[in-house]
Amino acid sequence: MNGLAAYVLRRLLLVPVILLVVSIVTFALGRFAPSDYVDIAVGTGRRNPEAIERIKEERGLKDPVYEQYVRYMGKFVRGDFGQSVRYRGQDIEDVILPKLWITLQINLVVLILTFAIGLPIGILAAVNRGSWLDPLSIGAFLVFASVPVIVMVPLAQLIFVIWLGWLPTGGWESRDVLGINLGILHTEAILPVMVLTLPGVAGLARYMRAQVVDVLAQDYIRTARAKGLRENIVVLRHVVRNALLPIATLLGFELAALVSGSIIVETLLGIPGIGQFAFESVTSRDYDSIMAVVLLGSAVFMIAMLVVDISYGFIDPRIRLTDQRS
Amino acid sequence: MTTVTTSTSEPLDSLAAPPPSFRVVRRLLRRPVAVVAILLILFIYIIGLLAPLIAPYEFDKTDLAHTFAGPSSEHLLGTDRLGRDVLSRIMWSAQTTVIISGLSIIAGSLILGVSLGLISGYVRGWVDNLIMRAADALQAVPTFLLLLIINATMKDRARSVFTDVEDITGIGGIVKSGAPSFFLLTIAFSIFGWVGMARLVRSQVLSLREAEYVTAARAMGSSTPRVLFRHLLPQLTSLVVVTITITLGAVAALEVGLTFLNVGIQEGHASFGIMITQYAGITSIRAHPMLILYPCVVVAVLVLSFNLLGDALTDILSPRRR
Repeated sequence: MNGLAAYVLRRLLLVPVILLVVSIVTFALGRFAPSDYVDIAVGTGRRNPEAIERIKEERGLKDPVYEQYVRYMGKFVRGDFGQSVRYRGQDIEDVILPKLWITLQINLVVLILTFAIGLPIGILAAVNRGSWLDPLSIGAFLVFASVPVIVMVPLAQLIFVIWLGWLPTGGWESRDVLGINLGILHTEAILPVMVLTLPGVAGLARYMRAQVVDVLAQDYIRTARAKGLRENIVVLRHVVRNALLPIATLLGFELAALVSGSIIVETLLGIPGIGQFAFESVTSRDYDSIMAVVLLGSAVFMIAMLVVDISYGFIDPRIRLTDQRS
Repeated sequence: MTTVTTSTSEPLDSLAAPPPSFRVVRRLLRRPVAVVAILLILFIYIIGLLAPLIAPYEFDKTDLAHTFAGPSSEHLLGTDRLGRDVLSRIMWSAQTTVIISGLSIIAGSLILGVSLGLISGYVRGWVDNLIMRAADALQAVPTFLLLLIINATMKDRARSVFTDVEDITGIGGIVKSGAPSFFLLTIAFSIFGWVGMARLVRSQVLSLREAEYVTAARAMGSSTPRVLFRHLLPQLTSLVVVTITITLGAVAALEVGLTFLNVGIQEGHASFGIMITQYAGITSIRAHPMLILYPCVVVAVLVLSFNLLGDALTDILSPRRR
């Protein structure tokens, strides 16, 4: 396990380094952009130069940029993400948490559904290889995978909201279930979940199909059949289990797609999640909010990827051997 | 060297020595799906390239007497809320897509990606290490979020830079032509876009560099650039073509997504993203479904065609054909 331990350690060490670079770049982008963020705070109406000076003084915007950066990061690592310009007087962490929860609900359901639909379809297609079921099931979902989310949302709205009238127009309702706010239980959640799930299903199904086809060709499957096991048992116990191993990799792809997907879907459908918050922060030059979103987003994303990679190494020890040869 | 296959390694890693390209083309043409995909892509691209010649109107030519007009002989797909011809807008938007994809692919995948991959795989050592750690870092961050932020914060800066260029050189109309947003998008896409291509090229070069003809070339005194570009690069043609095909669709979708979020192509220029943004609200969709349907269908068809073509190519070039 020495190789794996070293690898994990190196990847772990890389996380803060990358976060540091990302934070510097994001901070610099914000501070060197032409329109100042005090302009946004003051508004575009009548300008009071004194007020602007005062705000700049208060917020420490007159100090050198690196001092501002160090001060911001010092507060950030202690859990103080600064103050939102748009949500006046509110701390960013208070604004972000409920939004994070909404996005998390949607994305968790999406992930579960993606695997629950994608895996069986992949297995089905592989087992029925050569029949019409194979290209049909994979091909149908490939269409969904190929249509960008930005295009999928208006089309889905057109079909399900306007033509069929099955789904509500958008937005987000909250509902308390045993003291927990579960907006996901409302019909408003169906459209975003559907639009975010469909693309992932295709990728997963195709990958699973390839895996199952690979495993089906293995000697131990022939052995299993030769000793008289029923085909169902062979598929479920021998094929699927082995084919599932490398699937963990796809989680990484899924996560990347969900980050961009959430921003677009939440903005389009008016869901008050973290994706919409990111977009709003960017358009209103709310730099402390941008910093918080980018740093939190990158940290969560990197740690998730790291967990995926490590689990992959644990699951399939063969990876180690092949790599030492190359 | 990474000891664990990272989650971001691409399925193309398994490509073996590819067959000569003409055979690939012949096999490709035997697949009806691939042929249809190629034709659709060519159709959209040619329309985009010829937009200045064949578009019936300018994309921003307003006609306030005929707003929201239905299809007619004058406006085949009708007009939008300012009486602008929808068909012309689609054609000009296709041109934007062609330009952005072309520039990004050339700068990001071809120039940066291929050369960094070649250097990384051939030179090895700390250079390889540096390039690959940079690639790791770029793949470890949420790309779309950073693209959004780079474009949002720098778009005004890009415009002012181009205004200065206009003032200094005395050439007018650069900013008005939309060059700043094209430039910025290309740069932003290239920063993240080289990684996939560089990894693929590197993995191929790692094995190719041990080939005898490379040793022979070196023994005869070929310089490193000569070995890289005359001896190694031609071997990688099909790999590069496949990767570009797959990337082109993704870049088109990215441009539309960023433009929709108001940080890509700016209002006043043609883009599918702008067409979608303007009519994306549920009230607009209800009132004028066709105005949102047209650009959506074109983008969907384009990206789908690229994916189908990429799929067919991967399938043909993959050693484990099933």
